[in-house]
Amino acid sequence: MADTAQATPGTGNGEAPRLAMQLGRMGPAIGIHLALLALWYAVTAWGGIPRFILPSPVDTVATLLQPHYNWGMHIYITTIEVFGGFILASVFGVALAVVFSWWPVTGRTAMPLLVTLNMIPKVAMAPLLIVWLSYGIVPNIVIAFTICFFPIVITTARGLREVESDLVDLVRALRGSRKQIFTKIQLPSALPYIFSGMRVAAVLAVAGAVVGEFIGSERGLGYLMLQVQSSLDTPAMFMCLALISAIGIVLYGLVVFGERLFVVADARLD
Amino acid sequence: MLTTLNTGSPIASGQPVTDAPPPFIHLKGVRKVYRQRGQEFLAVSDATFDVAEGELITLVGPSGCGKSTLLKILAGLHGHDGGIVRIGNDRQPFDAGRDIGMVFQQALLLKWRRILDNVMLPAEILGLPVKESRERARHLLALVGLAGFEDKFPYELSGGMQQRVSIARALVHDPKLVLMDEPFGALDALTRERMNIELRRIWQDSGKTILFVTHGIAEAVFLGTQVVVLTARPARMAARITIDLPEPRTLDIKTHDAFGAYTREIYGLLGMH
Repeated sequence: MADTAQATPGTGNGEAPRLAMQLGRMGPAIGIHLALLALWYAVTAWGGIPRFILPSPVDTVATLLQPHYNWGMHIYITTIEVFGGFILASVFGVALAVVFSWWPVTGRTAMPLLVTLNMIPKVAMAPLLIVWLSYGIVPNIVIAFTICFFPIVITTARGLREVESDLVDLVRALRGSRKQIFTKIQLPSALPYIFSGMRVAAVLAVAGAVVGEFIGSERGLGYLMLQVQSSLDTPAMFMCLALISAIGIVLYGLVVFGERLFVVADARLD
Repeated sequence: MLTTLNTGSPIASGQPVTDAPPPFIHLKGVRKVYRQRGQEFLAVSDATFDVAEGELITLVGPSGCGKSTLLKILAGLHGHDGGIVRIGNDRQPFDAGRDIGMVFQQALLLKWRRILDNVMLPAEILGLPVKESRERARHLLALVGLAGFEDKFPYELSGGMQQRVSIARALVHDPKLVLMDEPFGALDALTRERMNIELRRIWQDSGKTILFVTHGIAEAVFLGTQVVVLTARPARMAARITIDLPEPRTLDIKTHDAFGAYTREIYGLLGMH
């Protein structure tokens, strides 16, 4: 029983076979994406659908080569709004949940209010935010922030609550401080919850930023989408959509990467 | 066989004047009442027993008999509403904020820490010197049969192994008293028997005073130097039985007549004939 029978992780066997195995597992997932792309191409090539309804993938990608769209600038603006809103929401959301857990009376008081506020569709608040904060990047960051904020607060608060009372007893029996309980037990055990809230927020952040751009903005992929729509430039619209999604995928990927880094496999919430 | 309370011992009438060393734990008439929505209910009443230093005493009884409450009182986590609770004596002083090790039904390891770092938790809480504590943690992992597992994560270990880790964790700060609340209750029957033998060995090697709560009567008799029997309704202490079985205790003794007599007696005390 005392012998270490299995090889310890990270030693021997090399990384290469593991990578190959992972690619093998991802095979079907990659396959279905490529299949959809091929189907899209086939429909546009032989389906007789007008280009302004459904452009081909080739037409869509070709728009990237045309400098007058100014893709780089629009991508940059939307990325700042999405990441800015998301990061602010993560920082303030986690901080607020920590305050709630540290002084439970604040949580009991403020949480019901947050739940009520959360009922307001954030997207519907966009026109108001633009009145308050004027045009530009800032209101769009704020819209992304408000939409990301709630899932992060709520999941973090829940994670901080779900701590094993016996473990807390163990620390308290040794006269451990509140701070020790928090840093050694509560916060690390809430991490999986924080990441699960952040994954939800990552998807919402993109929607928030783009809606802001639809309503009042002079830059960003959402703004560009409305511009090209007026001239029925469907390939560029498709490209906007693809790029907006790509920003979301990158953000989501970073969150998942962070989760892999900081949360032990066993503790991750899916 | 049944040692009724205070049999012929001068302890009952105050301080002992004999040569016998004073008990390490002295409980007399301990009472605990819980109040919930204006209603009171008695969790512990008249718990009276002494534990000598280095004893492994088991507390047995059905759910709701106040076993866990008694442990929490001893751990200093709950107050009590009456009676005397005294731990430690002149020879063996007891520091209430330091000398407690705890093991629960669930191993409750920190999933994000490697095994060695899990064992280190109490040492960190107490701010003990890191280097010596890590040395001790390694030694204890070897003692519980887990040498070589220091760098694993809890999910890589079986339930029985995780519980061994939590026993090592309870010993790392060298406490004088280890409280175990049904530590093997969540394990399968065979692992549980193996852990019982292991615990006897760990207890003998470490020389700790251990209070072991269980609702397994055979487990209580097999492990204990004394068994304290508690009943649920009403919550009170029914008896304290000194277990005199041949050493070293192996699973064989479960077939001994004396073992059967002890378990029968306890079943009787719990009203299960």
